Amino acid sequence: MNKPLRRIAIFCGVLVLALLIRDNWLQYVRADELNGHKYNRRVQIERYAHERGDIIVDGNPVTGSVETSGSDFKYKRVWKDGPMWAPVTGYSSQAFDASQLESIEDGILTGNDDQLFFDRTLSMVTGEKKTGGNIVTTLDGAAQEAAFKGLGSKKGAVAAIDPRTGAILALASTPSYDPSVFAGNSLKDSDARQKLLKDKDKPMLNRALRETYPPGSTFKVVTAAAALENGLYDDIDAKTESPLPWTLPQTSVQLKNEGAIPCENASLREALRWSCNTVFGKMSDDLGNEKMIEQTEKFGFGKEIFTPVRSDASIYPKDNRPQNAMAGIGQASNRTTPLQMAMVAAAIANDGKLMQPYMVAQRQAPNLDVIHNHEKEQLSRPLSGENARKVQQMMETVVSKGTGTNARIDGVTVGGKTGTAQHGLDNSEKPYAWFISYAKTDSGSPVAVAVVVEDGDANRDDISGGGLAAPIARNVMKAVIDGM
Amino acid sequence: MSVVTNTTTIGAIDAPSRRNTELALVIFAVFISVFAYANVGLAINGELPSGMLGYGIGLALLGGVAHLVVRKFAPYSDPLLLPLATLLNGLGLALIWRLDQSERFQALKTFAPAASKQLLFSAVGVGLLVVVLVALKDHRLLQRYTYISMVLALFLLILPMFFPAVNGAKIWIKIPGVGTIQPGEFAKIIITVFFAGYLMVKRDALALASRRFMGLYLPRGRDLGPILMVWAFSILILVFETDLGSSLLFFGMFVVMLYVATERTSWIVFGLLMSAAGAVGVATFEPHVQQRVTAWLDPFAGWGKEDASEQMSKSLMAFGSGGTLGTGLGQGNSDLIGFAANSDFILATVGEELGLAGMMAVLLVYGLIVERGVRTALAARDPFGKLLAVGLSGSFAIQVFVVAGGVMGLIPLTGMTMPFLAAGGSSVIANWALIGILIRISDTARRPAPAPAPTSDAEMTQVVRP
Repeated sequence: MNKPLRRIAIFCGVLVLALLIRDNWLQYVRADELNGHKYNRRVQIERYAHERGDIIVDGNPVTGSVETSGSDFKYKRVWKDGPMWAPVTGYSSQAFDASQLESIEDGILTGNDDQLFFDRTLSMVTGEKKTGGNIVTTLDGAAQEAAFKGLGSKKGAVAAIDPRTGAILALASTPSYDPSVFAGNSLKDSDARQKLLKDKDKPMLNRALRETYPPGSTFKVVTAAAALENGLYDDIDAKTESPLPWTLPQTSVQLKNEGAIPCENASLREALRWSCNTVFGKMSDDLGNEKMIEQTEKFGFGKEIFTPVRSDASIYPKDNRPQNAMAGIGQASNRTTPLQMAMVAAAIANDGKLMQPYMVAQRQAPNLDVIHNHEKEQLSRPLSGENARKVQQMMETVVSKGTGTNARIDGVTVGGKTGTAQHGLDNSEKPYAWFISYAKTDSGSPVAVAVVVEDGDANRDDISGGGLAAPIARNVMKAVIDGM
Repeated sequence: MSVVTNTTTIGAIDAPSRRNTELALVIFAVFISVFAYANVGLAINGELPSGMLGYGIGLALLGGVAHLVVRKFAPYSDPLLLPLATLLNGLGLALIWRLDQSERFQALKTFAPAASKQLLFSAVGVGLLVVVLVALKDHRLLQRYTYISMVLALFLLILPMFFPAVNGAKIWIKIPGVGTIQPGEFAKIIITVFFAGYLMVKRDALALASRRFMGLYLPRGRDLGPILMVWAFSILILVFETDLGSSLLFFGMFVVMLYVATERTSWIVFGLLMSAAGAVGVATFEPHVQQRVTAWLDPFAGWGKEDASEQMSKSLMAFGSGGTLGTGLGQGNSDLIGFAANSDFILATVGEELGLAGMMAVLLVYGLIVERGVRTALAARDPFGKLLAVGLSGSFAIQVFVVAGGVMGLIPLTGMTMPFLAAGGSSVIANWALIGILIRISDTARRPAPAPAPTSDAEMTQVVRP
């Protein structure tokens, strides 16, 4: 019986060998894949096992980490003034992952980023507790507060930029949410998140970056810039060829102005001051769809903008003549994000140079060593310096004696443009109130801002933009200037 | 075989008994286990666990007592079997104790620490080993109980059918005041005794009195019939109890023993064909099995939907997270697998916390036990001993393969316990008894043949005259 016995011995050996091979396959070949598998809870456990780094505004963290008990996850994210900062930070939840800055800079915040390799290895040797690095933002706490408080209970968004550098100073969106309510992984957190997701006011939508609105009359600034850049008009105080009434090309529809305002052959300055639809509609038609698209693209339209948080692309579409004419007054199918309109104001305020908007000034290692410093960067040159200054003069007239007087700040030069965008079928819904502006001091312009309020209740164009949105813009600009 | 060949002129030289080797290895096994405790305690609580001394002394006592009994009653037995079993049992205790410390487990309503119970069961198991070694002077005594074994095995297999199913399988019986028992673990050993006894008697008939049919030798019905019936009966019971692992184990063991007894390769072919047919058959009408098969084919597909698949994927992730060197004892998250983490899935803890290196070591320890068992079969001088030893070690090998292959996703999961490692009284007791029988057979096999009485003839031829 020994021959079969020897074979059985080999058979048993083969069984063990098969197990050994399988084990090598699992624990060596597939180890990384299984270890990082999306269902592998260890990934989250490790992720929340250390204190997360902070997002810093004005030198102080707006986030924090608290130790929790009763779960696998040791640390939970908390926010100071969550609803105010949510559009900047995004959320970071034990159960629902992270979004926006919390997600994009996750590597630094958790301390797992490759850039922190040496730091990590060093603390492993020294036995230091592992913590995450910090993200220093460009935001201005006072400006953010002015924006958030200004919007109040109204639906809307504010984006403010430092035109000289592109640094984002404020980014508010209302209604907002407190990311702290679902930062944990309990049933309560899940319910809170469900409630937010179901809310028809979409509190988790970052309106400043991710919602596109018809820009309304604020877009006339862009049209004016296009007219100057393309040599259609040169002198902002010379009369334009603008008949009144003016009929939309290829149609029998007469474009209306809001009220009886002096728009016939009005100069650029006067037309912007009164917000003449007829003047700018015809201007857009004279320039043509292609030149308008070209100009908007120089302002950053047509592609997503990464601040590094992604902002939706604003669009000025290819369109037929009557639509193009309507788009020239921001009333057709062109749509913009508040950030984009802030960029338009910023480019004009910065004498035609558009800086790349950004909100992360520095990435810091856990030991506060700076591992990355943002260098300001020019994105494009939408206008010549001369033309930019012309548009500035026009916008300053709007604020000093036009529709935007609500934005006036004593002792500071302010330029702006109001807007009310009709929307909905047959303009049935409440219009959006817009205001874009910049403030200027001796050392250039430190702030440009765009404000949109969704429930602008108005009968007349512009007054509501000036009435609802301009005061918010004013307070944001004032907060920045006062803080200088 | 280390039997020294004797001549009549030179007196019998005592074969080396290797008892001191065994003692050294047992001490080593206990030391490793105590070290594992210290490791767990330091990792989880930052201090040496208070129970370390208790478990260490307990384990040392078990190994020591077993060693002394072996030294006295089975002096020539294989020196590796006892230390290997002690090592696995000790490691198992440390692993179970480690899982007892899991906060996730402690949060469960059904949680009860299992390590102290396991130590108690191990003591009972070693007690049974002692009983086997003391009472069973010669393994051939078991031959007498061939048919009683059959009845007893079938009785043990039928018993759980009258008790409610636990986690989908009817393999437990509940005795009030004592706890639950898995009679199948004991039936495994007892039915091996029956197979060995029956096949030893009938092996010639099975091998030779057969008709050739399609290139295969088919034995006569009256020879094969009874054993086939017993076997089929046990498989049927197990299928009804949805104890798939054990069905596979019984079947494999049967084929192995038949093959060894008859020396006919055709049995292997037969066995493979029948197991394929059986597997397909069972899989078509058992939803329980279908679930396991789908979970095996794509463990992550059923995530969140069915328990079998989720357990399977959690087990795979535990192995993957361990990587080459593991996280270290007490520092993994293998308890995420849930309630079966300390029984069916205890290998996942080995994989995660001891890593590929530790896992391979553990598998090799199992492999060594099996190969020492087969070695014992080779060395045994009587066919009954050979069959019994190969049956026991074969079933041990198949059980290890089925469980380890199951939790590692090599084959569908069937739900058996890893011998010695897993928490579970019946398993650890039965496996100690199994080791006891193997030690007994190896002692008989390795015992030097008694020196023959000098004959007068020899005396005469040896006289050298000056």
